[in-house]
Amino acid sequence: MQLYLPIAEVSVNAFLLLGLGGIVGFLSGMFGVGGGFLITPLLLFIGVPPGVAVATGANQVVASSISGVLAQLKRKAVDFRMGMVLMIGGLVGSWAGVWVFSWMTELGQVDLFVQLSYVLFLGLIGAMMFVESARALLRARRHGGAAPVRRSHIHTWVHGLPLKMKFRASGLYISVLPPLGVGALVGFLAGIMGVGGGFILVPAMIYILGMPTKVVIGTSLFQIIFVTGFTTVVHAVNSHTVDMMLALLLIAGGVVGAQLGTQVGVKLKAEQLRILLALLVLFVAIKIALDLLLQPAELFSVTPLVLP
Amino acid sequence: MRWLAALCLLALPAAANEQIVAGLSQSRVAITANFDGSEILIYGAVKREEPAPAAPPLQVIITVEGPEAPLVIRRKERVAGIWLNRDSVRISAAPSFYAIATTGPLDEILSATEDLRYDVSIPQVIRAVGISAEAENSQDFVEALIRIRREENSYRLAERSVSLVDETLFRTDVVLPANLTEGDYQVRMFLTRGGKVIDMQDRVIGVRKAGLERFLYAMAHEQPLLYGLVSLLLAAIAGWAASAGFKLLRR
Repeated sequence: MQLYLPIAEVSVNAFLLLGLGGIVGFLSGMFGVGGGFLITPLLLFIGVPPGVAVATGANQVVASSISGVLAQLKRKAVDFRMGMVLMIGGLVGSWAGVWVFSWMTELGQVDLFVQLSYVLFLGLIGAMMFVESARALLRARRHGGAAPVRRSHIHTWVHGLPLKMKFRASGLYISVLPPLGVGALVGFLAGIMGVGGGFILVPAMIYILGMPTKVVIGTSLFQIIFVTGFTTVVHAVNSHTVDMMLALLLIAGGVVGAQLGTQVGVKLKAEQLRILLALLVLFVAIKIALDLLLQPAELFSVTPLVLP
Repeated sequence: MRWLAALCLLALPAAANEQIVAGLSQSRVAITANFDGSEILIYGAVKREEPAPAAPPLQVIITVEGPEAPLVIRRKERVAGIWLNRDSVRISAAPSFYAIATTGPLDEILSATEDLRYDVSIPQVIRAVGISAEAENSQDFVEALIRIRREENSYRLAERSVSLVDETLFRTDVVLPANLTEGDYQVRMFLTRGGKVIDMQDRVIGVRKAGLERFLYAMAHEQPLLYGLVSLLLAAIAGWAASAGFKLLRR
């Protein structure tokens, strides 16, 4: 069934969109990330204009994050205070990201900018996660499946900074500066890439902030709701690029996929999950990098200018 | 643009013996949610006061032109191993859609001077004035635009797709694609003999978004803040409904 999207102004197959949403939702339910880093390139691939793909992708991440955070809430695995601090940084970063996005659109380099951000961040995080989880898998095999004992949190340089604050749910007493910075970086990426930033936020919370893993996913999803929600509204107001019809189909597929993904995810070991996610992230990064490095079949591109 | 066409009409040979009487199967196209393209039948007859001249043969050219918009054509270049957009050329106006249907090869049935005067062929409808200052080989950019648009079927030249019976009745079907832009689509019909235009008629097809498409588009542009908030609300409801529904299923 073909469906005409009112804002993207393209006609696409409705079942294809449901399927795309479903696949991305499945993966995000399995790994506990928003899935925005997958949905934006997929939308670009089926012919949705970049601006619409980024803005609508953000809207879809709102839905999957709300679904996820409700599940985490029951386990009391959300640190609201940490979430708020991350959010304040996130809003500033998101505003800056949307601003840079429209600036780059004017320069005609937005595709390059979005692609480079993807390659850089996905490549980096993917490689780090791959190495870390491969080590964990090997170690588990050598020690007969027994995971090494970990402290509730690790002391790093982060704990020496001023402006300290108590985060009870995480059991932390640290400076507010690192969470603000991490939040801002993630918000910035949300603005330019249409992603919630879960794949950056989760490792950053564990390794930089030293938060216990059990509260990380819920807290990350909690702050992603606000950052992507804010991004959606800013894009809607600034560039009118949120396509509600497209978003609804992606969301419908996504929320069903996410529930199935969660069920599969529960059956896998944590290290196996992390290594699969790392491979997925690396795959997307390599695919986009090849697009930049190989000579394109068509050197020219046509961009309509909107009359003021 | 329109006054120019009117001027052209005045410039027609006064002794035009043959005139077009034309019709369209529809003068409105509504883009609804399940819009999947639309086929327009363009038909007509030739009205004569005197018998038709024996030679040269009568020919018909029909063009359908979508709304014009300015655009930018960019060329990728390799910089430090990465392919990125470098040179660009700004086109002041090019139609979003342009289809030509004829009874014979366009360059044979329409002379170059008549093409310049009536802007019929594809390169003629792209307003690329003063682009040579913007980039080297600026003509390559215009050629690329035509090539890209022809590949995606937005620009078409269908020679011999107009059927002409007894030099009197003609008809053709023009398929409007599914990814149509809103606006007025101008239909022009030309009668030619020996490369010269002897009559011209034009009609307009209004393409408008309708129903939900119209509503969403208007809201996104007129009430952007409200639109953004409603999008969020829908996302929130969907997210909540999924988790609630799943809870019910597990019970």
